[in-house]
Amino acid sequence: MSSADIYRELILDYYRNPRNFGRLEKFDIDARDTNPLCGDEIEIQIRVGEDRKIEEIKFVGKGCAISQASASMLTELAKGKQLDWVKQVTKEDIFKMLGNPDLGPSRVKCALLGMKVLKTGVYGYLGAHYDDPDGSNPMA
Amino acid sequence: MLKTEVLDIEKVRADFPILKRTVHGKRLVYLDNANTTQKPKAVIDALVDYYSRHNSNVHRAVYVLAEEATKSYEGARRMAAGFVGATARELVFVRGTTEATNLVRFAWGETNVKKGDLLVSTLMEHHSNIVPWQLLAKRKGATLKFVGLGPDGTLDMGSFEGLLKESPKLVAVTHCSNVLGTINDVAKICANARAAGATTLVDGAQAVPHMPVDIKSFNPDFYAFSGHKMLGPTGIGALVATKELLEEMEPFHGGGEMIKEVFLDHSTWNDVPYKFEAGTVNIADAIGLGAAIDYLEDIGMDKVREHEVRLLDYALHSLAEVKGFHQYGPLDPMKRAGVISFNFADVHPHDLATVLDEEGIAIRSGHHCAQPLMRWLDVSATSRASFHVYNSYDDIEALKAGIKKAGVIFKI
Repeated sequence: MSSADIYRELILDYYRNPRNFGRLEKFDIDARDTNPLCGDEIEIQIRVGEDRKIEEIKFVGKGCAISQASASMLTELAKGKQLDWVKQVTKEDIFKMLGNPDLGPSRVKCALLGMKVLKTGVYGYLGAHYDDPDGSNPMA
Repeated sequence: MLKTEVLDIEKVRADFPILKRTVHGKRLVYLDNANTTQKPKAVIDALVDYYSRHNSNVHRAVYVLAEEATKSYEGARRMAAGFVGATARELVFVRGTTEATNLVRFAWGETNVKKGDLLVSTLMEHHSNIVPWQLLAKRKGATLKFVGLGPDGTLDMGSFEGLLKESPKLVAVTHCSNVLGTINDVAKICANARAAGATTLVDGAQAVPHMPVDIKSFNPDFYAFSGHKMLGPTGIGALVATKELLEEMEPFHGGGEMIKEVFLDHSTWNDVPYKFEAGTVNIADAIGLGAAIDYLEDIGMDKVREHEVRLLDYALHSLAEVKGFHQYGPLDPMKRAGVISFNFADVHPHDLATVLDEEGIAIRSGHHCAQPLMRWLDVSATSRASFHVYNSYDDIEALKAGIKKAGVIFKI
């Protein structure tokens, strides 16, 4: 793992200038979670449009560059997509979005927190339950 | 290697096998001692010797191995008690400080705390000295209130005295903060709490490993500490209380070892401290803790403390030269233990720890099991460097260079 590899311009830019950061006045989905290992927090709000489209999406959070940049980039990807798209998103999609940095197991959790929150919110809205396959297992 | 003139650091370092390894090709710089400490060869040897030569269960059998195991285990109890100025009858072996506070929650709290009672803790506590009292308060319909902090990270004694006027049942306070390093005036706290009729519990997890402690100088009702933070093995720690108090309390876990007689409709309890040690006890790790105490006493706790004060003084001055470095807690090294919590510009502690890891430097990053304190500091996390006998000025210089490297990567 090389830290210069992880903290490339892309991640630092999204960390310092997070896109879609803030809260929505009107929203249909509001989900929040924390990483109990390190206390990273992410909350995502979504306004759902016609045909279950993600009309507006914003996030707020506190935490490391990886968790915050990942959540911000994910909101950009999600905006305008159908809610069903969220169900298809995988860990690998998130790693690819971040430029495939070589993250150790303890930092993978940071990268995936935004996805977990997004899925939790969307699954709940669709009347389902998102069961994070890894739970809080620090090495999963 | 730069020395602190207090300890022969090269000789000390040679006693710790793990310090010979490298991490990412670099010398291991271990600065996470408030989390857990490394183990000297004497402790590792004690574990191997017990399992290789004496392994058997204590207190029961009459053969040689069992007598040897019992002698070593009870010897470790005498040493651990003596190390903090108590006697063997006053020391219950537990898994660690967390089990100690939970033992008090059940064995003392269940009978002594009633609906409407007040429990008092502080804003600088580890979760292990908050959550058990939340659970107890919820179950009993009691209230839990917290002593606030002054701007320098010391307890707000005005807030403490105010809470004492409300006649709390329990005052649970840390001897030394695991985040700020603040050493609390436990003599004054225990005396005033007692005068107000409260039972006192002092969390010694961050004090016992780093400075001489004589509990008779402040007389807490309960005192707790963990072996793994004082060069001993994981899974062993101690709850210390007077024999009379332990005798008044109900048992914690029920089972073998803690009983005198068992009938189908009732049982009677073993003498203290055995009343609180149900099941097969952690024999090997207790013996390992005894070896750690031997090692620390050979060095001398006065010297351990003096060594850490010099490291702290050096670190607080040296790291302050780094632009963007901000530390939390009292500035006077005499008022704190060898712990420095800090932040560096807008680099999140986890990101800093990742950069430092690459340099072979181990620090803790996160909330340090003290989320209420993080909220008071208005940060989501801090980085924390903490010292023990094997740390040197070189380790602090390595940390400083690592922080500067993070500054380059993060374009500070």
